[in-house]
Amino acid sequence: MDQWILKVDNVSKQYRLGQIGGTTLRDELQRLSAKLRGKDDPTKQIGTRTYTNGESFMALDGISFDVKKGERIGIIGHNGAGKSTLLKLISRVTAPTTGKISLNGRVACMLEVGTGFHGELTGRENIYMNGAILGMRKKEIDDKIESIIAFSECRQFIDTPVKRYSSGMYVKLAFSVASHLDSEIMIMDEVLAVGDMAFQKKCLEKMSDVSKEEGRTILYVSHNMNTIRQLCNRCIVLDRGHLVFDGSVEKGISCYLNTAITVATEVDLSRFKRLSYLQKKDARFLYAKYPQRETNVFEREETIFLELRWINNKEINNLGLRIVIYDSQETHLCATFCYDFYSGKKGEKCEVKLKLDFSCLSPGNYQSYYVFFTINEYGGNEDIDQVRGLDFTIDDPKGVGKLAWRTDAWGHFELPPPMIMEMRNI
Amino acid sequence: MENNQKFNIEITSEHKLLDLHLKETFQYRDLIFLFVKRDFTALYKQTILGPLWAIIQPLFTTIVYTIIFGNLAKLTTTDVAGEYVIPSFLFYMSGNICWEYFQSTLHATSNTFLNNRAIMGKVYYPRLVAPISTALSGLISFAIQLILFFIIVAIYFIKGGSSICLTPMLLLVPLLILQMVILSVGFGIIVSSVTTKYRDLAMAVGFGLGLWRYGCPIAYGLSIVPERYLCPYMLNPMSPVVTTFRYAVFGFGYFNLGQYLISWIISGFVFFIGLILFSRIERTFMDTI
Repeated sequence: MDQWILKVDNVSKQYRLGQIGGTTLRDELQRLSAKLRGKDDPTKQIGTRTYTNGESFMALDGISFDVKKGERIGIIGHNGAGKSTLLKLISRVTAPTTGKISLNGRVACMLEVGTGFHGELTGRENIYMNGAILGMRKKEIDDKIESIIAFSECRQFIDTPVKRYSSGMYVKLAFSVASHLDSEIMIMDEVLAVGDMAFQKKCLEKMSDVSKEEGRTILYVSHNMNTIRQLCNRCIVLDRGHLVFDGSVEKGISCYLNTAITVATEVDLSRFKRLSYLQKKDARFLYAKYPQRETNVFEREETIFLELRWINNKEINNLGLRIVIYDSQETHLCATFCYDFYSGKKGEKCEVKLKLDFSCLSPGNYQSYYVFFTINEYGGNEDIDQVRGLDFTIDDPKGVGKLAWRTDAWGHFELPPPMIMEMRNI
Repeated sequence: MENNQKFNIEITSEHKLLDLHLKETFQYRDLIFLFVKRDFTALYKQTILGPLWAIIQPLFTTIVYTIIFGNLAKLTTTDVAGEYVIPSFLFYMSGNICWEYFQSTLHATSNTFLNNRAIMGKVYYPRLVAPISTALSGLISFAIQLILFFIIVAIYFIKGGSSICLTPMLLLVPLLILQMVILSVGFGIIVSSVTTKYRDLAMAVGFGLGLWRYGCPIAYGLSIVPERYLCPYMLNPMSPVVTTFRYAVFGFGYFNLGQYLISWIISGFVFFIGLILFSRIERTFMDTI
């Protein structure tokens, strides 16, 4: 059972920058004649490995990983990280510059909206076409055409030329064909983005079903972390052609979002790069600290003390302070407020010591943002300054008879336990 | 976990010279069939006359040829000088339908990579499927024209007054068609491979084909060509095809076995070079196109 289905072994892909082709016929002839005479390439810069007419660029640089049958791998990374190049190599659209990819079985590829469809043909004819492009035999499609049509939700329009379809219907049809292919490896590149929410959900469910039941392997590229979380059980993070992480989904996502929780107990906020909308420079945070602590890990019931320092650039009235808590995936969780806690003169530096009650937060890693705000004449909120403050971790001092907290199932808060008012046998 | 597990597909940067994926291409024969069907149905969608257009086009070209080259310019329509008659309409039509097929297939296959880059950039299937299906869908129109041509030949034959006669040479026709397929696809895939990098050739092809037509005995009979130029003239692989086609259908004309075999060798060579170039380019053409 534990069989490798895909082995990517030290694969690199090099592109040349600049003009497409990056070379002229004359250069190429010179290079060829030099090669035939056994001389050095005359178009090559001395002492380099690159050509004069365009520097090379490694879209992928020494990527290696192995995939077992039935794994559902999410591939994430910023634009230009090499995700699509990797998928192109695996689906044999283009060849690697060095390295080797070995795989077992067929590779099915979800197509972008419209590619592989011919507008003049009907939906039914296009199912056959698209299936054949993906490597299905006509007989296979005959067997599956009914369930493909049913899944696509396009039965009403199936004998209409697809040029009259909406883009959503295109995707539904394309996905239905691909998902019914008996391919061992399935590649999806950001394609579910067009379908509506219900269809997206249906697709993800279908994908995890076929993966779990038939042991199909899925490679899924997306910028939508939630779908990655729903579908995948392993995560690969690429960054500028390098594989920077390979492992569990949650860790991969936080590696990608670069939201790794820091352990600092004090931070200099004066150099923090403020967002551009913070036009009013009335007050600026300078410094934050958890006083008399060596770590930023707190026990669950523990009170947290926080020191903040700031400077007034103007005379300030009725300044408010807000502390917003995020989880490690940058989801806004909750906030706490001090209204009208300070008014002061220009140039004053102040320090405040706060006592925070975060006892309802479940164990986990958190980020905090500190915000100064005032209430404007219309009663609305007006931000004065906003900085990313100190991270903190709530540790789980599991009490006797209590369960370890499960964030994925129970969320981030534990509310106070319900009070039992009355209980009797009936 | 065993390390030397067998994999059925290996993707590397190395490339074998003769790795043509022919077996794989055969596995995708359903796709070839569907592409042919697609090309044919899409071509005549939203037309009133439909496949009749396949007939109208060569018919009118032939009529114009008959008027201009036959009646006005009075070019000869015999391949060898002698006492026999071919109706000039049949003469021009035979050359035109052969050339039309050759030209359209070459032109269409020479755009294989350019026209299909959207789909080829996303999914792998044996790239050779595209030119093969193009050549086959061209054959459908050619078959329609050929049937019309044979009907007209039969009419002239029954009417009498011409020297047309049935000979066993008629059996050469399928072989000639095969040669045209191989030759046009061969040239087409060479051009398509080179145009992934240099688009110049695509420009040259459209215009070169227009000129090439006059290097073949289509608008004039072969007997117009001086004896000493005959050998180099027949090195043009389409010339023996056209004259042999006429010889096979009409039962007389010009046929030289040596020249015909040489044209087969040239066709085979072009096709083979095309296959090698094509399989070389198909692996990375997405990067340069």
